[in-house]
Amino acid sequence: MHEWLLISAPLFGFGLVGIGLNRKNVVVLLLSIELMLLALNLNWIGFSIAMDDSYGQLFALFVITVAAAESAIGLGLLVVYYRVRGTIAMDWVNVLKG
Amino acid sequence: MYLSIVALPLMGAITAGLFGRFVGPKGAGFITTGCVGLAALFSITTVYEVGLSGSPVYVTVAPWIHSEWLDASWGFLFDSLTTSMLVIVTGISALVHCYATGYMSHDPHIPRFMAYLSLFTFFMLMLITAENFVQMFLGWEGVGLCSYLLINFWYTRIQANKAAMKAMIVNRVGDFGFALGIFGFYATFHTVDFATLFAQIPAYVAVHGDAWITVLCLFLFVGAVGKSAQLGLHTWLPDAMEGPTPVSALIHAATMVTAGIFMMIRCSPLFEYAPTALIVVTIFGAMTAFMAATTGMLQNDLKKVIAYSTCSQLGYMAFAVGLSQYSVSMFHLMNHAYFKALLFLSAGSVIHAVADEQDMRRMGGLLRLLPYTYVMMLIGSMALMGFPFLTGFYSKDVILEVAYAHYSVAGTFAHWLGVISAFFTAFYSFRLIYFTFFRDTNAYRTTIEHAHDAPFAMGFPLFVLSLGALFGGYLTRDAIIGPGSNYWGNAIVTLPEHAILLDAEWIPLSIKWIPLVFSLGGATLAVILYHGFAPVVHAIQLSPLGRELTLFFTKKWLFDRVYNECIVPVALRFGYTTTYKALDKGLIEHFGPFGVSNAVEKLVENVRQLHSGYIYHAAFWMITALFIGLLFITPGFDLRLLWILMISILFVVEREKTNA
Repeated sequence: MHEWLLISAPLFGFGLVGIGLNRKNVVVLLLSIELMLLALNLNWIGFSIAMDDSYGQLFALFVITVAAAESAIGLGLLVVYYRVRGTIAMDWVNVLKG
Repeated sequence: MYLSIVALPLMGAITAGLFGRFVGPKGAGFITTGCVGLAALFSITTVYEVGLSGSPVYVTVAPWIHSEWLDASWGFLFDSLTTSMLVIVTGISALVHCYATGYMSHDPHIPRFMAYLSLFTFFMLMLITAENFVQMFLGWEGVGLCSYLLINFWYTRIQANKAAMKAMIVNRVGDFGFALGIFGFYATFHTVDFATLFAQIPAYVAVHGDAWITVLCLFLFVGAVGKSAQLGLHTWLPDAMEGPTPVSALIHAATMVTAGIFMMIRCSPLFEYAPTALIVVTIFGAMTAFMAATTGMLQNDLKKVIAYSTCSQLGYMAFAVGLSQYSVSMFHLMNHAYFKALLFLSAGSVIHAVADEQDMRRMGGLLRLLPYTYVMMLIGSMALMGFPFLTGFYSKDVILEVAYAHYSVAGTFAHWLGVISAFFTAFYSFRLIYFTFFRDTNAYRTTIEHAHDAPFAMGFPLFVLSLGALFGGYLTRDAIIGPGSNYWGNAIVTLPEHAILLDAEWIPLSIKWIPLVFSLGGATLAVILYHGFAPVVHAIQLSPLGRELTLFFTKKWLFDRVYNECIVPVALRFGYTTTYKALDKGLIEHFGPFGVSNAVEKLVENVRQLHSGYIYHAAFWMITALFIGLLFITPGFDLRLLWILMISILFVVEREKTNA
């Protein structure tokens, strides 16, 4: 049992590593976050079936909703960022530095 | 009332010192004299209550340093010893305050002077009322500080600067010994409180023997050597005469220099169990008495003669302590305070009269001009040399008698050196009187024309002190050293086998007469030699051997020269190259303050490198931190692993930085 963990755990890991090692652009960052959220969803659903508890599936629906909203905001920011800076390359995103 | 004795001089010092501008010179003099005078009146009451009625007072005001075993409180102990000292300190201080208002009347810095005098009195009272070693040490250092400030009162004079620094530095050697003694007693007995400490000594000695107590008592004695100007560290006392004369009278004759003797008497329960230390004290005291008396014989500075006399009398007190006769030592301390303050204040009166001239060779013939001062000086000198039935007679002769009755090598040594010193004491006292008052004058005509006897503010203290010098010994003798007197209560401990006061009554009559014969002989010889045979004295001093001897004594046994050429350069070099350059500025600073600050700076720089501003770096650290946070809530996780993890992360960062 719990075979879905064999998929969801690496999937989450890829998302995590994607955030950490991503040096390309902001789109990849958004993709990685989506990937992590999907891995999470898979867990919710898997455990919900294993435990015979429908709240997990309900939560998966919430997460999908949040993820959709989040990618909408993220993409919106991306567009604005491109208009302002003329690039979305991660190496130039360093204004966080105090 | 008991605490106000200590507090009043401090209040006077603060008023005169900080608000001297508002109260003015007259006001400062009035306030400080009034405060100390009031304290003196209270002290007399304490003598009745504590000394005569036998009810010691023990006041613990507040905790000061309470850390594990260290139990130093702000505590005040008024037993017979303290109250005896209180009367001396506050009484003479009040008289000197009064005298100073007259003596310093032309000085522009009177408020500062009065403030220092009162501050000194306060610290001295802290020293004598202390109920533990730490508070005593506070007073001990405080009086040293005030001594420095007062010697250096006329701070534009290079000699005063030098003398003040010398007093401070020489005393530091003694203070170091005293501090080591305190540390040693604390390390051994885990207390600095006198009562607790003294109670432990007999049992400790019964179990462990007296070797360690002897070592610690010798450390305490080193402290006394410094403060009480015993042989070896006495060189600062004559130089301290650079200060104003009231200072010499109060600090360098009557009170502060007796602090070392007082400390040894206070620690009588310790010294009683350290017989070897007592022998050392006896030998040193006797040698001090002899050395100072012979040096005083050929000094030409009026105040230095009296300073060496002080040094010599302190030697008497020290060897009386060494012979376990603490009450006799204390008695001599009190009597000495009367007549030595009288002598110094009279000398001040002379100096005041002859336009601040201190060299006896330039005085003379002042008998007609200063009759009052002459009488006072004569009373002081007679009391000092032990003229029958004056104050010095009662204590000095008893000291010499107990030294004889000790029937030991040290006792006999002290007895004979003491007797010879008595001869020299009388000799220099009368040499001083003859030079100053009798000889044909050598002063300038203008000086002589303007010479005037002491005004009331200076004359009154002399009168009071002369009463002390005349009658003090006779009146207090039976209470203080009378066999069977219960005046001391538990303040002084003398082992039964050391009680020889009664034996001293039964020594041969011829021995009892010796000090008197020597004193009178010395006095007579001085007058005869300088009056009738001055050319002979001159010829003797110019002969080859006489010349060497004269130089030896006028150069103060060459102590200063030996110190300056043999000890000071070595100490100075060691102090600069080793302790200052190699240790303080080298090892300690490199690994201490600067080492720590450098390490912190480096670490901070490393951590700062982590904050690059790139999103992927921030994200990486966020995730790492998340995992570290998860480790905390993982069951069975050892926190030590976390430290290893974090340190290894720092190493990784360091490597990344060097690669970059």
